[in-house]
Amino acid sequence: MTMPGAPVGDDDLAALVDGRLTPERRAAVEAWLAEHPDAAARVEADRSQRDDLRARLAFKVEEPIPSRLRIANIRVARRARSLSQLRAVAAAVALVALGGAGGWVAKDVAGTGQGASSSPVAFVSDAVGAYRTFVVEIAHPVEVRAGDEAHLITWLSKRIGKPLKAPDLTGFGFRLMGGRVLPAGAGAAAMLMYDDDAGTRLTVYVRADKGAETAFQFMREGEVGTFTWLDRGFGFAVSAKADRDRLLPIAEAVYKDLGA
Amino acid sequence: MDEAAALLEPLIPQLRRYAYAMTRDHESADDLVQDTLERALSRWALRRRDGDLRAWLFAIERNLHVSSIRTRRRRPESALDAADEPGGPATQEAGLAARDALEALDHLPEDHRTVLLLVGVEDLTYEETARVLDLPVGTVMSRLSRARTRLRALIETGRSGYLRRVK
Repeated sequence: MTMPGAPVGDDDLAALVDGRLTPERRAAVEAWLAEHPDAAARVEADRSQRDDLRARLAFKVEEPIPSRLRIANIRVARRARSLSQLRAVAAAVALVALGGAGGWVAKDVAGTGQGASSSPVAFVSDAVGAYRTFVVEIAHPVEVRAGDEAHLITWLSKRIGKPLKAPDLTGFGFRLMGGRVLPAGAGAAAMLMYDDDAGTRLTVYVRADKGAETAFQFMREGEVGTFTWLDRGFGFAVSAKADRDRLLPIAEAVYKDLGA
Repeated sequence: MDEAAALLEPLIPQLRRYAYAMTRDHESADDLVQDTLERALSRWALRRRDGDLRAWLFAIERNLHVSSIRTRRRRPESALDAADEPGGPATQEAGLAARDALEALDHLPEDHRTVLLLVGVEDLTYEETARVLDLPVGTVMSRLSRARTRLRALIETGRSGYLRRVK
């Protein structure tokens, strides 16, 4: 902290307004203000504005907390969302298997590959990394083209004994281009790629992930926006060069489609 | 007892006050608080246990608010958030005058509002405020000083304008 005898500065005046000076320093600053009426008037104005602001906003802290903001209710809402995803696991297993069937391996693509128990941060960076790597790919953006989808999906559905589908995003102008498998630690991740008429590409990334369940989370890295969520042992990420408002309904549709 | 609930709930009134001062709309403010709490719960395990919970929460809340302003601004059909556009319509408006500090606050850019509120109303230390804004303390201090200068000017104009009108 400033020495008691040091010259008075703007920081002292601010700290005086905010009541953050030591008693000795406060005395020194007040003595200085007695000889500088302009500065003293400014301090007085700042103080009264701060008090005014507090007074005008005081009612808000006195209000009872609305029930929707109770932590217990926020948790219930988050769980309800997860429960509606009961069948997402089956779809996710199939998507990972879809990748596995392709058998394409590129260890360096998925970054550090912390794998199954990675943090959400690592999961997102792998998903965004995969998006960035393949979204610029002209010749081979996908490993298995959408034309082969029916064949693959039928085969996979038979193998796991559950019907499977790739999320239908045509309502948002996105058509399925195809998919590929990526390494993810000890396991594999599946990536489905979509594009729209403007050439915007969007990826749906799924992999096994033991992290705790989460609600939708939005992250932005440069122009790339990503919604992620973890649910029952799987992590999901939807990425595109799109803003939050455009991406959110798409992520919700993926959520519903993989859970339906 | 739920640890997260026990620690978070006592801070909700403050989160609501800051949200209301920033959005100036009760519903949007509670939406912002709800998003903040959801984000906090989803990252509960990732928070630093020795860290300052209040500063962490305000940082989440402030970042959510800032990104929602950006989203709104990117959409051409929506009106610009005048207060966040220096030299924009609000600043040039002839009636740029405020009769009290809360009204004056609406005319300041987001970062000025945030320092005034966190320091002046929420009683965060300069260091905590610096953590919320992810800035050095010195930058926070100079921002606070500029924000207060602008606030004084707005209220000054408001007072003289008001007097002129009643005469």
